[in-house]
Amino acid sequence: MLQKEGQIRIPAGCAISGIFHRDGARENGARIIESIRTMHDRSNGLGGGFAGYGIYPEYADYYAFHVFYDTQAAKDACEQALERHFDIVDLSRIPTRRHPRITDEPMIWRYFATPLQTKLASSQLDEREFVSRFVIRINHTLEGAYIFSSGKNMGVFKANGFPEDVGEYYMLENYEAYSWTCHGRYPTNTPGWWGGAHPFALLDTSVVHNGEISSYDANRRFIEMFGYSCDLLTDTEVITYIVDYLGRKLGLTYPEIANVIAAPFWSTIEKQPPEERERLTYLRNAFASLLVTGPFSILVGFTGGLMALNDRLKLRSMVVGEKDDTVYIASEECAVRVIAPALDRIWTPRGGEPVIVRLNERGNP
Amino acid sequence: MKRIYVNEKWCLGCHLCEYYCAFANSGKSSMVKALKDHKIAPRIRIEERDGISFAVNCRHCTDPLCVKGCISGALTIVDGAVQIDSDKCVGCYTCILSCPYGALSTSNEGAIQKCELCMKNAFGQPLCVQGCPNKAIVYEER
Amino acid sequence: MAIDFLYPQYEVVRNYDRCIACRACERQCANEVHFYDPEFQKMMADESKCVACHRCVSLCPTRALKIVKTDHTFKANANWTGKAISEVYRQAGTGGVLLSSMGNPEPYPIYWDKMLINASQVTNPSIDPLREPMETRTFLGKKPGKVERDRDGRLVPNLSPQLELNVPVMFSAMSYGSISYNAHASLARAACALGTYYNTGEGGLHQDFYQYGPHTIVQVASGRFGVHKEYLEAGAAIEIKMGQGAKPGIGGHLPGHKVGPDISRTRMIPEGTDAISPAPHHDIYSIEDLRQLVFSLKEATAYKKPVMVKIAAVHNVAAIASGVARSGADIICIDGYRGGTGAAPTRIRDNVGIPIELALAAVDQRLRDEGIRDQVSVVVGGSIRNSADLLKAIALGADACYIATAALLALGCHLCRSCQTGKCNWGIATQRPELVKRLNPEIGAQRLINLVTAWDHELKEMMGGMGINSIEALRGNRLMLRGIGLTQKELDILGIKHAGE
Repeated sequence: MLQKEGQIRIPAGCAISGIFHRDGARENGARIIESIRTMHDRSNGLGGGFAGYGIYPEYADYYAFHVFYDTQAAKDACEQALERHFDIVDLSRIPTRRHPRITDEPMIWRYFATPLQTKLASSQLDEREFVSRFVIRINHTLEGAYIFSSGKNMGVFKANGFPEDVGEYYMLENYEAYSWTCHGRYPTNTPGWWGGAHPFALLDTSVVHNGEISSYDANRRFIEMFGYSCDLLTDTEVITYIVDYLGRKLGLTYPEIANVIAAPFWSTIEKQPPEERERLTYLRNAFASLLVTGPFSILVGFTGGLMALNDRLKLRSMVVGEKDDTVYIASEECAVRVIAPALDRIWTPRGGEPVIVRLNERGNP
Repeated sequence: MKRIYVNEKWCLGCHLCEYYCAFANSGKSSMVKALKDHKIAPRIRIEERDGISFAVNCRHCTDPLCVKGCISGALTIVDGAVQIDSDKCVGCYTCILSCPYGALSTSNEGAIQKCELCMKNAFGQPLCVQGCPNKAIVYEER
Repeated sequence: MAIDFLYPQYEVVRNYDRCIACRACERQCANEVHFYDPEFQKMMADESKCVACHRCVSLCPTRALKIVKTDHTFKANANWTGKAISEVYRQAGTGGVLLSSMGNPEPYPIYWDKMLINASQVTNPSIDPLREPMETRTFLGKKPGKVERDRDGRLVPNLSPQLELNVPVMFSAMSYGSISYNAHASLARAACALGTYYNTGEGGLHQDFYQYGPHTIVQVASGRFGVHKEYLEAGAAIEIKMGQGAKPGIGGHLPGHKVGPDISRTRMIPEGTDAISPAPHHDIYSIEDLRQLVFSLKEATAYKKPVMVKIAAVHNVAAIASGVARSGADIICIDGYRGGTGAAPTRIRDNVGIPIELALAAVDQRLRDEGIRDQVSVVVGGSIRNSADLLKAIALGADACYIATAALLALGCHLCRSCQTGKCNWGIATQRPELVKRLNPEIGAQRLINLVTAWDHELKEMMGGMGINSIEALRGNRLMLRGIGLTQKELDILGIKHAGE
C-alpha cells in the first residue's frame, strides 16, 4: 500500500519562483503563475503552491489560518479548538474555481482570529509562541485537520497538481501581494497529498524549497527537541522550523541564520579576518546540528522581506533578477525573463550566500 | 651521503639483521636456500652485553684507515662508500687489523668481506635496514 | 597433578624445510616457547606456554612458523564446551577468580554488522570528496542554546569550553602502567599530529608527556592515582571515570610487579605496591555527588576545561546518562561491553554490560526526548573496529568515537588477550624494559596516524556517497541507516528502519 506523506519520507525535486516589491507595490497572482508555468517540466503535477504577503490588509492584525479538512468531524473538532483559544472575527471557505486537473480536494477553510486574551495571559507565553504551539498541536494530534498557513496578512495556497493549475484553482488573480513565492513539486513516489505541497509555513515564515537535503534526520531529530513536530517528514517542513527556531526563538538575524544552515566551509572561515572568523566559528559550532547539507535552493518569506539561499555547494540552480524596486528569484532564468524581459541586473548567487530583500522606506512607511 | 646508522635504544638483539645481511650477499634467490644448514658469516654483527645491544658494520668513514692501509689498492671510496675489489685483494689483512670497529672480516669468497651497503648485490639497498623490525638500523642522510 | 593437566590451546607449527635456526623466535618470545636443541640441532617449541601473540610468526624471516588452534578435544558437548570444562579444572585447581584481558570475545550480536549505510542517487547527488570540501572537524562540549549580544548587537561568544577535533576519533583511556611508556608516547605524538586527543587513563601523566598536554585528556578515576593540580591543568579536558565497558561495577588492579620507579612516581604510590582502584568513587554514592566532583574539577581549573564523565554501558545507561548530562558534565563517554582492558575477571568481562550500539541509541534518544542532547556531547567506545563502525556510531547520534583496541592493534597488538601477564611481546602491555623497547614510538605514532587518516578518508568517502559534506549533518541522522536481520524490537531501540523500508 502506498503510504501517505508523513508516514514515509518522500524526496522531491522542484521549481521555485518569487517576486518581491521593495516599494511595497502589490500585484495580483497572474505573473507569479506565469513564471512558474514556464518551468512546467520541473514539476510533475503532484504538488504546487504559493505564498502571498500583504494579501489581507483588512485583517492585518489577525492571524489568518488556512486549514485543510478531510472530514466534517475534523473540522468540528478543529473549530472547537480554535474557539477555545481564539476570538474568530471571520471565517469562510477559501474561494476556489473548479479545475479539471485539481481533484480529490479537501475542505479548505480560512479563519481570521486573535488569541483570547484570558487564554494568552494564563499561558504566560508571548503571542506568537502561543499561536505556533496551537498550530503544531493541531497538526500533530488532530487527524484529518491540517493548518497550512498561520501568519498575519499573508497566506499560503497549495494543492495537489501543477502549480499553474493550483494558482488558477485558488483564483490568485484576486489577491494582491508585495511578495509572492511559489513552488512546483516533483516528488518521487507518492500520489501526493495536499498538505505535503509547498510552501510550508509557520506563523508568517513560509518556505519553498527545491532540493533534497541529506542532513534531514539530523536536523529533524535536533529541532524536535524544541517543541516542533515534523509530521510531514519533508525537508521544507524542517527548514521552516529551523528558521523559526533560530529567528523567532533565538533572535538570530537572517544573515546569521544563513551562516548556520548554509555555514561556510572551515577552509573559507579560516581565511576571514579574526573577528569574522570567530563569529562564523561560533555560529557553526553552537548550532552545528542545524547545518543543512545536500542540494537546496530556498525562498524564505517573512513579513516585510524575502531571503533566497542556496546550499553551500550550490547543487541547485537559482538566479536573481532586479528591475527598479522589484526583485525576481527563480530556479531558472526563463522563469524571470518571461515576466520581466528587461532587467537592470541578473546574477547567480554563490552557494551559501543569502540574498535578503526587504521593504524599503516607501514600502514600509 | 646516505649511511647506515644504528640506534641501540631500539635494538632488540633479535639478530635478524645478520641473517638478512648473509642472505643479501649470498647470491641466492631465497633465504632458505641461502642459509638453511649454513653457519652465517654476516657483514653486520650484533654486539650485546648487559641488556644493551646494537648492530655494528662498516661506518664508511670519510677518512678510512682501511683504505689508507690497503697495500694493493683493493679498497677504494666510491661515491663515499668504501668498496672492495676482490680481484686486487692480496689477503694481507691489514685492513682487518686497522679497522677500529672490527667491520671487516675474512671471507670464504675472496680474501675479505665488508658491508658495501648492498650496492653490489641484487637488492641495491641495505637489506639489514629493511629487515630490522624496530628501526634500530636506518639508512639515511645525516 | 594429572587432574589439572590442560592440553595447550595452540600448537606451534614449524616448517623444518624452511627453518634456518636463526633463533629470532627464541629471542623474541617472552613466554619462552621456542628453544634450540643442540642435540637435535633443531628449533623446538613448548606450546603450553604459547599465547598466540604471533610475535615469532611475524618476525620469522623465512615464514617457517604458524600457530594453529589445537584439534585436541574433549568429547563434543554443546553445553559443556571445552572452554567451560577447562575453566572448571582451572578453578578447581587454584580456587581463584579467572582473569582475562581485552574486550569481551563471546559470540554476542554485533549490531554494527547489522546496519547498512545509505547512498544518494538521482534525487540527490553524491559528492566527490576528492573534488569538493568534505568536513570531519568536530567540536565537543556543551552548546549554549541561546545567543547573547553586546550593546552593539554583536554576538557574544557564550560557549562553554570546547574540544576541537580534526577527526571524530580520539584514543581512549589506557593508563601508564597498563600499557607501556612507549605506547603512551606513540598515542600522544599521534594525537598531536592528528589534531585529536589521547587519554591518560587512571595512572597519571608521566612528566615527559606534559608537553603533549593540549592534546591530552587527563583522567580522574576512583583510585585518584597521579591526580594533582598540575596534572589537571596539563590536560585539554578532564575525564571522570565512573565505569569501564570491560568491567562495569568494579575498579582496576595494577599488580605491584608492574609498579616500577617511573610508575610509582607517576601514580604517586610506593614502588611495588598493588594499585587498586575502588569499585565506586568513595565520594560518589549518588548523582548529586558526581555533580560536586564535576564542579570541584571545574573550580580547580578555573572553568577553562570541559569535564567528561565516562560510564559503562549497562542496562539503565539512558537514565544514568540523563543524570550525568544534568550534572554539569560537558561530555558523556559511553563504553560498550566489548571495550578492552588490561585485566578483568573473566565472568564480568563476558557477562556484564550491553552493546554500545544499543546503549548509544538509547542514550541519544533519551537526551533528545528530554530536550538536553545539546547540553552534552556524546562520545562512544567499546569496539569501534573500522570507519564503517565509526560512521554508523555518528549516524546513531555520537559526536565522536573513542578507539583503544584498534589503536593497540595499529601498534602491533595481536589480541592474544594476555595483557594481565605483563609479558607483552609487542612492547605494549608490559613494563619490562627489554619488551617495552620493542615498540619504537616513531613507528608507533606513524602507524596510528596512518590508521586514523585512513579511516578519515573512508569516512569522507562514505559521507560523500550519502551527499553529506559535513560531519555535523551525519550526527544522529538515523535515516541514513537501515537494519538487516534485526527484530522489530531491536530496530525500535536503534531507531532505524529495516532495509527495504
